[in-house]
Formats: sequence, structure tokens, C-alpha cells
Amino acid sequence: MLEFRKDIFADERDDNLLEIGQPTQRQDMLGHVTATSRYYDDHRFANLLHLKVLRSPHAHARIRSIDDSGAARAPGVKRIIRAADVPVNLNTLLSLMQFGKDDEPSLATDVVRYKGEPILGIVATSERAALEAMALVRISYDPLPAVFDVEEALKPGAPSVNPTYPKNTFEYHGKYDHQKLRFGDVDAAFAQADVVLEDRYQMSPIEHAPTETNGSIAVPDTNGRIVVYTSTQALFFSLDTAAKINALPSNQLHFIGGTVGGGFGGKVDTMTEPLAILAARLTGAPVRYRFSRHEEMQFGSPRGAERIYIKDGIMRDGRIIARQVRAYFDSGAYTRLSSYAVIKCAGHIPGPYTIPNVSADVYCVFTNRTPATAMRGFGVTAIDFAIECQMDKDAVAIGMDPLEFRMLNAYRDGDMKAHRREAKNCALIECAQVAAEKAQWPLRDEFRRMSSRQGGAARAGVTDRSRMPAPAVPTRVPASTTQRVTYERPMPAVSPAATPPPPPPTPPQPPAPAASGHGARRFSSVFGTRRR
Amino acid sequence: MAKHRGRGVATINYPIGMNLGGDPSQALVHSNPTGKFTVSLSSIDLGQGMKSVIRQICAETLGVPVADVYVDTADSDTGPHCTGSFASRGTHRVGNAVIVAAREARAVMMEAAAEELEVDPGDLETDGRGNIRVKGAPHRSITVREVAMAAQFKQGKTIAGRGIFLVPLSDVDPETGEMSPATCYAHACVIVDVEVDDETGDVSVLKMTSAYEIGRAINPKMVEQQLLGGAWMGMSHALYETVEPYYPDPREGPRDFNEYLMPGPGDICPHEIVVLERPAPDGPFGAKGIGEMCANPVLPAVANAIFNAVGVRINDLPITPEKVLRAIKARGGAVPQARMR
Repeated sequence: MLEFRKDIFADERDDNLLEIGQPTQRQDMLGHVTATSRYYDDHRFANLLHLKVLRSPHAHARIRSIDDSGAARAPGVKRIIRAADVPVNLNTLLSLMQFGKDDEPSLATDVVRYKGEPILGIVATSERAALEAMALVRISYDPLPAVFDVEEALKPGAPSVNPTYPKNTFEYHGKYDHQKLRFGDVDAAFAQADVVLEDRYQMSPIEHAPTETNGSIAVPDTNGRIVVYTSTQALFFSLDTAAKINALPSNQLHFIGGTVGGGFGGKVDTMTEPLAILAARLTGAPVRYRFSRHEEMQFGSPRGAERIYIKDGIMRDGRIIARQVRAYFDSGAYTRLSSYAVIKCAGHIPGPYTIPNVSADVYCVFTNRTPATAMRGFGVTAIDFAIECQMDKDAVAIGMDPLEFRMLNAYRDGDMKAHRREAKNCALIECAQVAAEKAQWPLRDEFRRMSSRQGGAARAGVTDRSRMPAPAVPTRVPASTTQRVTYERPMPAVSPAATPPPPPPTPPQPPAPAASGHGARRFSSVFGTRRR
Repeated sequence: MAKHRGRGVATINYPIGMNLGGDPSQALVHSNPTGKFTVSLSSIDLGQGMKSVIRQICAETLGVPVADVYVDTADSDTGPHCTGSFASRGTHRVGNAVIVAAREARAVMMEAAAEELEVDPGDLETDGRGNIRVKGAPHRSITVREVAMAAQFKQGKTIAGRGIFLVPLSDVDPETGEMSPATCYAHACVIVDVEVDDETGDVSVLKMTSAYEIGRAINPKMVEQQLLGGAWMGMSHALYETVEPYYPDPREGPRDFNEYLMPGPGDICPHEIVVLERPAPDGPFGAKGIGEMCANPVLPAVANAIFNAVGVRINDLPITPEKVLRAIKARGGAVPQARMR
């Protein structure tokens, strides 16, 4: 099933290692296979109380009144938690990194902005008692117009979702409703392109679907501290978030995590710890707050959906000379982490390809749905789907093999990327060669001989040459020895019918864009200054 | 009415760690008096194998057997700060932090050994089996256990180390988007074979063939589990999953696993994986991360394979039988494209 190609890039590696590269059995394997690994919910406490939250049935509504007197008198109920009980009720997750404004309450005050938004907490001797008491709460709402479509939300007159961002978009750099990416001149390039192709892609919101739902248990300690057993993916991130919301010094909290039953990004948002801690402080008892599967699926944050428009300008010889992207991230009612993913997406455009003219506008949009959050591939999965479907259409449009088309445009060491950093340590071409060989996908000789280590920078033409670094000089053994030989082995039989008409093997220099004012060169503090 | 086979491809790269950096992780390493080491972290093992990866990196750096290293994690009282287990950052960020900590601990261990053997620390080497010996004179050696005992009870030295790894936070230009998103990138190419039933719109994934370049495979078994699981997740995302089936209309959201569709065991296909290793200059032993990227290329490769099979493009996820069937009807029937092999 899994094999290694140690021959490729062998000259860049020291393989003389003892423990690295060994298929050592996991330290925690025995616990997992004998069901003795301890998850947060495997900790047992006497007199454990249970917290459940009452959630909004409306996507957007004003709360006129709340009558919880019946619930407070219900059997087993120890405490009702209201918005006014939360010490710091407004927060945004990335406030710890000074990014964005506090926009999300732990418990809604006057308005609910998505179906499922928490309004009240009920602490009782069992989950059942809490749920039965919840049925006795009387809330009257004035429903408000709601908006669910990202482009509808941007139109004038659309219902305003989030009062912190009244225009329904996150604010970038204090002045823009989107993050920009600008490189070269796409308009001039589209005018020169042989083919211009545009399409729209729509992702769906999906669920992380961990085996273990989100949850935590907060236990008052004898010295005034609170011990929190939690399913979090980010121990200190959750600790600091919970400390802020509870207005506690961070050393009053002792977080114990560890084995987690699946995360995939859905256990970063710290959705249960702050209220579990508050409930433990208000009752003096250990309190568990865990999501039901229904809550996990509909009201725990999902992977948000993105809508992406891509426009490509392609030459008949296979070069992509322009790519323009407009993308909308559906953040739901509050920011959580979508604002961050927008920038990550902008930095990922135009994918692993060297394209001399690139432009993108990426938006973080608020709608009346469950706030979205991180999930495996956050900020990248959607744009990769759109780009790679688009690449296929581009290849068909000019009659080129879709894999060779990708390899022709693949970034190589020394190329300038659209976010203005030099490509290094590239290996897209080699992955394509190896997968093609394994799947018996026919590649022509010049594509089997290509290398990520050769031909970069010099062919770039992404801007005027004076700004470009000198063509990369290999500092190690040239890429002609061990590595390349492997591709000159006889390939499996090639069906002649599948071979497309050959374009010129070495593309001519792409046209220099009209404008080249890319601003000052800055270098990563990690890479330091580039070799000259 | 027929079943049509098709083949699609996608190539991708993936940035490692939080975008723009600014996401530190720390590690502490110390020896007990008998030469067994503990790594203290606050990082989270989500099942991805974080503890084992860190254990192997620590053992390699210390020069001791992996059995002599234990990783303790996820306690905010004992483990130093870690930004969290996300953004494919665990192996890269925490791995680098533990290397720094283990080097510091190793330096003390070698000094203590040198004092016992009455040689210069620079003349010593570890054999990776629990011994420290004089280079070129392997009969002059001492066990790590003896060194730890001597350090603790005779010399008064702490065989311990601290480590942090931080890619400093970088700026984004508001006008151009100029930025330093990541310091290293992993790569992949995935080829997917599907079969599409033009009567029902049903798509079966028959086979996947993939190549992943991940810098360095710290543990090939855990690489395999990630790549297999990730590909399954990508296939599921492409063909099955949604919490809002009529998005952006929010009606009819699923509430449990009866209503939320995912592929079952019968839908798993054979997957041939080849791993390439081009070490990242700033990766621990060159390692990048594979946690997130392995799902991504499968989505478009499936969509492209469906086009190759029946000639229709589905741009909206998930690619349900209903969407495939409607597209085939709109096109006046399935139009198989040129075969790719």
C-alpha cells in the first residue's frame, strides 16, 4: 500500500538515522486497542452536575422577554445561568492574537443571530432534569429578517447580522471588506490570452464528525482553582479563552486534556469550557457540559462553505498567464476563525503554479447560520477544489493532457510566487511523475525529465528582471545523478490514442506584465535574505 | 444505460503551520536518576500520533533508544505553552521545540559522561542503544543510566533542556497581499479512478493512486494512517457530506449519523501510496506536516474523474447522484471522454 521513493532527493537527505523513519508502535496504542485510554469524559466525580443550554429556534430574532421561573423551580435544577452572569460575555477567539474585535456572546442578550445560539444555561443533577426544565422556560421573540447567502448578504439593504460588523463583512487592515492579492496585471494578460475561462464553485458546509463530541468537566479544587478536563485541541488557547470570559487569572485554571476522540479542527473553539467553569464556580460542584450528537452536528461549528469564482487566461502552448479569483467565506453569525482563513486562502492563490499575473479578492461574510470554524485544510481545501477543477477545464480547452498541463505550469525552485516570496523546496513535478508512473498515466519524455530544481526563476518573467534574484545555483549535488535516472527507465506501455498533440517542450518567456510596481522586497524572517 | 469508468487527477501543495507564523510551541526534556527521559508538553494528541512523533524525534536527538523516552502531555500545570494541534503544525513546530530541548539535555549528559570517563565531551558519542563511548575507542564507554546516576547524586547536574520554536508573526500588505504564509510546503498528486452509473447518477470510487512529498516520514506507519484516513475524508467530502443539503437554504439539516451521509466500509477503495521526502530546511529532520493536506487533492480529482467518465462538470459539493443525473440529462446523455491510460 505504501512505498517510498528514497532515490528521489536522496542527495538532500541524511538517511543515517536510528529512530527517525522507524515504524515504531505508538506509545498509546495499547490503551487505545484495550479501551483503557482515558478521555475527558472517563473521569468520574461524586455529585457531578450537568449543564445544558437553551438554544434559539430562530435564525434571527429579538428576544422580548425570558421567563425562567418555572425552570428554576423544576426538580433537580441547581442553577440557571443568564447572560448577565457571564463576567466577560463578549469575545472573539483570535483576540488572544490581537486579531479582530470581540463580537460573540457566550449567552445571547437581546438578539439571537443563528438557529441554535445559546441563550440560557441550566445546571441540574442530570442531563434529563436540565432538558425537562428547559421545556418550562418561556421566551418570546420578535423574528427579524435573516440572510443566508453570502452574496445576498453583501447587497445594500441586506439584513445586518452582526452589530460589530454591520456591513456583514470582516474588516481587513481597518479599511477593506476583503483581503486583496495583486501580482502583475491580470487585465492586460486576459486581453492577450488565447483562451479565457471562468467558472463558479460552491462548497458545502460539513461536520467534523468526531467520535467524541465536544465537552468538558470543570471541578472546583480545594484551593480555589478549577480543574478542567477537556476535549480541546489547543490546551492553552482554550485555557486563556476561558480565563478571559470568566475574568480569572490564568493560573486559577488547571486544564487537563490529552487523548481526544477526533478533532479535525472542531475542538478549537472552546465552546463548552467557559460555561462549565462558570457553572462550577456558581454551584461549587463539578459540572459537565457535553454536546449531544444533534448539537455537535448543527450547533457546534461546522466547516463553513465557500463560494469561489475563478477566471483563467491561457495560451495555446499551455501557459496560464493570468488567474483572477473572487472568494466568499461563509463565517455564519460570528467571526470565530474564518477571518484568519481568508488571509491563508489569499496567500495560497494561485495554487502551486507559477502564473505571472494574479489577482484575488477574498471576503469573510456574516450570515444567519451557525458560526463556521477551522477544519482540516482550513482556508485551502475549497480553493484547491476550485483551482484543480479549473485546471482540468483549462487543459481540455487547449487540448492538453491535464497532468502535463499542471507540470508545465508547476512552480519550481526560484520562481516568484504571487505573494512575493521565492519558491523553494518544491516537489510538485516529482509527485506528478511518481503518481503517473504508479498509475500508468502516460507522460511524454520531456515531462518525465522535468525537475522542480531546474528551470525556475530564469523562466519566471513575473516582473522586470532587475527585481528577480539570480537564477538559483544548486548548492548541493546537481539534480542529475540518483534522482533523475529513475525517470529514464522504460515506462509502461503507452496507448498512442491517449497522447495529445505535442506542444513545444520548453515554453517561451511569458510576456512581461505592463506594470511591475510590486513594492519593496521583504524577506521572511525565517529564510533571511536571499542568496545572490 | 451503462456504467462508465473515468480517471481524474489533482496536484496540490500545502503550507505547514499557522498562516503568517506567530504560533510558538515549547517542550521540556529531563532525565530521571536512572537515565530514562520524560518530555513534558501541553500539545494535544488527537489520535494523529503526536506523542509518538515527538518521542522518536526526542530519542534520535538525545541518542538514546525510543523505549527510554516517554512523552507526557496536555496538562497546563506541567507542560509549557503550545499553540495547539491544528494547521498541520504539530510535527513541525513541536518537533523543532523538542529538538532544541533534547540538544540542551544531551549536552549536559555528555558533560556528565565526560567527567566520569575523564575525557573531553567532544570526544564522546552515543550509540543509540543506551551507551556513551569514546569515538574510535568503543571499549571506553559508560551507560546512560550510570551517567544519570552520577549527574544526580555525585556531580549535582540536571540532565534537562528547554526548547521553543517560533516562526515570528509576519505582516500582510493590505494592497498587494504580500506576505510570508509559511516556511515550508508539502506536495501531492492524486489520481482517482471512478465508475459512474448514468442511470442512477451513482459514483463509485474504484481506486486511488497517490504520491505525497512530506519532507521526512518520521514514522511510516503513522504516515500511512494519515494518508489513508485523509483520502477517505476527501472522498467523503466530495461525494457525501453536508450539514445543509439545500445550502444556502438552511432547511433539513442532519441531526445524527443516520441522516448525515458518509461512505461505509464497502465504499473504501484500494489506495496505492508513494512517499517522497525532500527535507524542509527548517523541519525537524526535514519533516513537514501531512495532517490536513491529504484530504484536499481527492475532492477535485474525484470531480475531474466524473467528467472523464461521463462528460459532465459538477462544481457544487457534495456531488450527489441527483446532481450527476441532472447534469447527464442536461447534456443529453453521458459523453465519455478520452481515456487517460
